[in-house]
Amino acid sequence: MTQNRPWTPYLLILPSVAFLALLFIVPLVQTLWLAVSSDGSPSLDNMQRMVADINFTNSLRNTFLLTLAVVPVQIAIALAMGTMVSKVGTGRETILWIWTIPLGISDLAAGLVWLSILQNTGYFNTILFSLGLIERQTGWLSYQTPVALFFAIAVAEIWRGTAIVMVIIVAGLNQVPKEFKEAAEIFGAGPWTRFRKITLPLIRPALQSALILRTVLAFEVFAVVYALGGRNFPVLVGEAYNWQNQNQNYGVAAAYAVLIMIISLSATLIYLKALKVDPERLP
Amino acid sequence: MKHQVKLGIVASTVLAFATPGLAQTVFVSTQLRPIEEATIVRQDLLKDVGKVDYVVEEPPQFAVRMEAERQAGKHTVSLVGALHGELSPLADKDQLEPLDDLAKKLAGAGMPQSVLDLGKLGKPNQQYIPWMQATYVMAAKKEALQWLPKGADVNALTYDELIAWGKAMQDATGQPQIGFPAGPKGLMARYFQGYFYPSFTGGVVRTFKTADAAAGWEKLKALWAYVSPNSTNYDFMQEPLAAGEVMVAWDHIARLKNAVSAAPDDYVVFPAPAGPKGRGYMPVIAGLAIPKGAPDKEGATKIIESFSTQKVQLLTASKVGFFPTLNVQLPPDLNKGVALLAGAVTRTQNAKDAVISLLPVGLGDKGGEFNKVYMDTFQLVVLQKQPVADVLAKQGAVMAKLMADTKAPCWAPDAKSDGACPVQ
Repeated sequence: MTQNRPWTPYLLILPSVAFLALLFIVPLVQTLWLAVSSDGSPSLDNMQRMVADINFTNSLRNTFLLTLAVVPVQIAIALAMGTMVSKVGTGRETILWIWTIPLGISDLAAGLVWLSILQNTGYFNTILFSLGLIERQTGWLSYQTPVALFFAIAVAEIWRGTAIVMVIIVAGLNQVPKEFKEAAEIFGAGPWTRFRKITLPLIRPALQSALILRTVLAFEVFAVVYALGGRNFPVLVGEAYNWQNQNQNYGVAAAYAVLIMIISLSATLIYLKALKVDPERLP
Repeated sequence: MKHQVKLGIVASTVLAFATPGLAQTVFVSTQLRPIEEATIVRQDLLKDVGKVDYVVEEPPQFAVRMEAERQAGKHTVSLVGALHGELSPLADKDQLEPLDDLAKKLAGAGMPQSVLDLGKLGKPNQQYIPWMQATYVMAAKKEALQWLPKGADVNALTYDELIAWGKAMQDATGQPQIGFPAGPKGLMARYFQGYFYPSFTGGVVRTFKTADAAAGWEKLKALWAYVSPNSTNYDFMQEPLAAGEVMVAWDHIARLKNAVSAAPDDYVVFPAPAGPKGRGYMPVIAGLAIPKGAPDKEGATKIIESFSTQKVQLLTASKVGFFPTLNVQLPPDLNKGVALLAGAVTRTQNAKDAVISLLPVGLGDKGGEFNKVYMDTFQLVVLQKQPVADVLAKQGAVMAKLMADTKAPCWAPDAKSDGACPVQ
C-alpha cells in the first residue's frame, strides 16, 4: 500500500510537523532574536547583562548541582523499583499505580506539599518537636541554611520525578526476554551478574530515553524550587521567570531561555553519543 | 445530513469565537484580585453601572495582555484598573486615552490636585484617574508591646528603638520576631524606595550611594540580626503574623488586612520607624485608565465617574480596605480591622517628621529593573554581608545607567532635576 503511494506517510505526519513549526519553531526563532538583539539591531547586550547579573553564577551552579544530585539518584531508585516490581505477581498493578501517584501531581503542587512538610510550622518540625529533638520551630528553607535547603529541594525533586523514570524503565524491563536470564542462571550467573551483563545492556534504549528526559527536565527545574526556596535558591529557569515577569526585561529573559536550551541540547547530544543504541533496537 | 451537522459545528465554533460578549464593558484589573474582593467589586461596587465584565489579571499577565492587544490592534479591554507603576509603561507607549475633561470634573468634586497630578505620570495629559489609595504600615501583636524599650512610643518609633525592641523580643522568646515581605512576590523594594532611603538619606535616587545611605545600610544590617530569616520567603505578612511566626511586621495595608481584621483586638498598627532624615512613607495609588482603541469608551467613562463618587469610594474603603482618593472622612462604623489600619495611615501622614516619597514617574517599563537595583543591593549587603561601599558603588552605576536610559527626572523626596535624575 505505502509502496504504491510513497507520500502517504509524509501526508500523515504533515499536520504534526506543521503544528510544531507554527507553535514551536516560530516562537523559538523569535526568542533567539530577542536574546541577541537590542532595539531591533543585533547586539550582545542581553547576554552581557545576564552574565553580569548577581544571580547568574549562583543560578548556573545551583541548576547543575541539583541535576547532578537528582538524576543519578532517580535512575538508581527507578532501577531498583523496576527490578523489584518485576518479581511481584499479584498486586503488581496496584503497586505500580501507587508508585506513579507523584506523576499525576503538578510540580507546583508537589512543591507546596513539601513546603507544608518543611516550613517552620510544618509536619517535619512538629514530629521533631514531639520527639524532643528541637525546642522550638527550626527553619530549614531560609538563606541561612543553604545545605538543608538544597537537600529539601533535592528530596522533593526526587520524590516528584522518579515515577516517570520508573515507568520508562519498567517498560524496558518488560521487553527483556526471560530466556536470557534463565540461560544465564543455568550457567551459574548470580543475580548481580545477570543484572549487569543482561538486564542493563538490554534496557539501554529505555535508559537512554529516561536519562535524556530527566536531565532535560532537571535543567528546567522551577516550580518546586520556587515553592520551597523562593529567592533563596536561584536556578536558571527561575531567573528567566524573574527577568520576564518582575523586571519585565524580555531580552534578558530570552537570553536565559536560550542558555537553558543550549544546555539541554548539549546534554541530549552527550547522552545520544555516550549511550549509543543499536539502530535495530530503536522502536 | 452529515454535511449539515459538520456545517453546524463549524458555524457554532466560528460564532463562539466571534462574539466575545459585545454587550459588556470589559474592565481588566490587577487590583482586588482575590475572589472575595472581586465578588465585592462585581456585586456591590459595579451595581449601578450596567453590564460590566470585571476580569482580574496578575500584573505580569496584565502587561503581556495589554502589549498583545496593542500589537494586534484588536482591542477588547475598555477600562483598566492598575497600580501607578503598572500604568506607567502603558502611558510610556502612548496607549492610554487622555482624560483631562474627567480630571477637571473630579478636581471640582473634591479630588486633591496633588493626587490627580500623579495620574499624569509626568506627561502633559491626564493618563489615569486615581481610583483608590493605600500605604504601608507596621503591625504588631499586642503581647510584643511588653518588650518595647522604655520610653519608646510605638507610634513614633525610631530605627534604634526598633532594633532594641527586636533584640528584647529575641532574648525573651529565643527567636527573631520581626518580619519583612522580602519573598519573591513581596513588596520589599517599596520599603527601600519609600521608607528606608527617605528616612536615612532624604532621597531615593540622588542619595543612592551617599555616606548617609551607607550608614543606613549598616543600621539595617544591625536590625536584620533580629529579623526572621524566613523573611526572604514571606510575600504577604498577614500569613506569618496570623501563624505566630513573627510578632512585628511591615507591609502594605492590604497585605496585613486579613490578619488584623480577623483579630483586631490582638494587634496594634502603627507608622514605620523614623531615621535621621525623618519618617519616610509612600502612598500607593491605583488608577483607572481607558486604553486607546477601547471598544466601549462611554461605558468605561461611566464606571470611572461612578467609582469617583463619595458613596462608592467609602464603600470600597469599608469593604476592601483601600482608602478614598477623594478628600472625605471615613465613616465611624468602619470594620474594626480597617479602622485600625486607617488610624495608622492617618498617624503616618500627620507625623511631624513625615517625609513623603512619591511613586516613581517616568521609568516606563523599567520599573521592575528599578526595584531590582534595591533588591540586589539588599541581597549583597544584608544577606551576603559584602562591604557596603563596594556594593553601593557598583549598584550606583547600575542605577545611574537606568536613569540615563529612561531619562526620568527626579521625584520627591529627591530635589528636582533638569533631565535624568543623577546619582550623586
